[in-house]
Amino acid sequence: MTEAALSTQGLGRRYGSTWALRDCDLEIPPGTVTALVGPNGAGKTTLLQLAVGLLAPTAGNVRVLGHDPYRQPAQVLPRVGFVAQEHPLPRRFTIAETLRLGRELNPTWDDGLAARRIDELGLSPAQRVGTLSGGQQAQVALTLALAKRPQLLLLDEPVASLDPLARREFLNTVVQAVADAGIGVVLSSHIVADLERICDRLIILAHGRTLLDGAIDDILAGHRVLTGPRSSAERVERIHDVIRESHTERQTTLLVRANGHVYDACWELHEVDLEEIVLAYLGLDRAGRGTPSGRRAVVSR
Amino acid sequence: MIQFHLERRSGVPTYLQIVQQVRQAVRLGILKPGDRLPTVKEVVAQLTINPNTVLHAYRQLDLEGVVEGRRGVGTFVASDRIPVAAADVKGLRMSLQRWVERARAAGLDEEDMAGLFADTVRPASASRVA
Repeated sequence: MTEAALSTQGLGRRYGSTWALRDCDLEIPPGTVTALVGPNGAGKTTLLQLAVGLLAPTAGNVRVLGHDPYRQPAQVLPRVGFVAQEHPLPRRFTIAETLRLGRELNPTWDDGLAARRIDELGLSPAQRVGTLSGGQQAQVALTLALAKRPQLLLLDEPVASLDPLARREFLNTVVQAVADAGIGVVLSSHIVADLERICDRLIILAHGRTLLDGAIDDILAGHRVLTGPRSSAERVERIHDVIRESHTERQTTLLVRANGHVYDACWELHEVDLEEIVLAYLGLDRAGRGTPSGRRAVVSR
Repeated sequence: MIQFHLERRSGVPTYLQIVQQVRQAVRLGILKPGDRLPTVKEVVAQLTINPNTVLHAYRQLDLEGVVEGRRGVGTFVASDRIPVAAADVKGLRMSLQRWVERARAAGLDEEDMAGLFADTVRPASASRVA
């Protein structure tokens, strides 16, 4: 199990004159749960659609489980479960009919698993998909993807439209599938709060480019907030990547990606949670404290 | 059996929170040698977290000698001694008690003390940046 779950080299996709994804280099190891984070229009959906061969790359290439999803779909699709945004299902089908569709379309279909999951969800096979709540529809879509017994599960904004309880239940199903079958997961989301618990890797995309890609534990360990008397960030910048700087009349606050030890008596060091790191990369300032620095381009590696 | 809980905003990685909670439970005698820790699947189902995180935590506890993984059976508490750099826990606790009394007398409440303590402890750990 050494081949990457998903890898891209110089991957790009253009719609007309607009690049939805550009110069994207990624390598997602197998068996990990990876979050794709970014604002709307960052290229998350485009990347996932390229990964299941729904789109052809304009530039570069993408490999899923070692194969090209667009040119070798037979090598890729049976091994990949995909739940598209808004988890579209035929609304007039009953659950039983929906599962039958899955069975007919997928050679590796596990009927027992599908039936068991529907039962666990407290749903009846005779119910029509259109009568289910959003959370239940999402769970049925996830059941379809899992009953393929995939090696890799791709989820595009799976929980964006769900209430907090349905969101937790959905993600609980995902992590249990990871524990049971060791599958890898790539999910896109702009809800950062859940990601720290369930993901081990994080990729931040914005404007079609990769801003950050790494293990979440390393990301947390590598970022710090420095506060100190008002001063210029210049000296810190020589050593560390300053992701965000803000100033009040008397105080300067920097969020840095530390390259080596931070040791400087004039700065006070604080740990920083994942959400704040993500927001800093996306150039946002949560509560409008201080002035977010608009000029500072996000530091990429 | 121990039940883990997570603090999301703490900035402490999830695996480390589990490690700390097991260590603390052993220290307090809530977990005793021979007790089984919840399985990875149980923790995953309860907390909705990544299984690798639980494995990471259990591996670290195994390395520290706090627990012992038995293949196919489970993970068990191996020791009731938590390695402490200075083994003089009793002495440290007594001097801390004296400090708390002094702080109370000076008018500090629990939150003031916790803040002061955290602030004093932090620089040593926070400067350890990858």
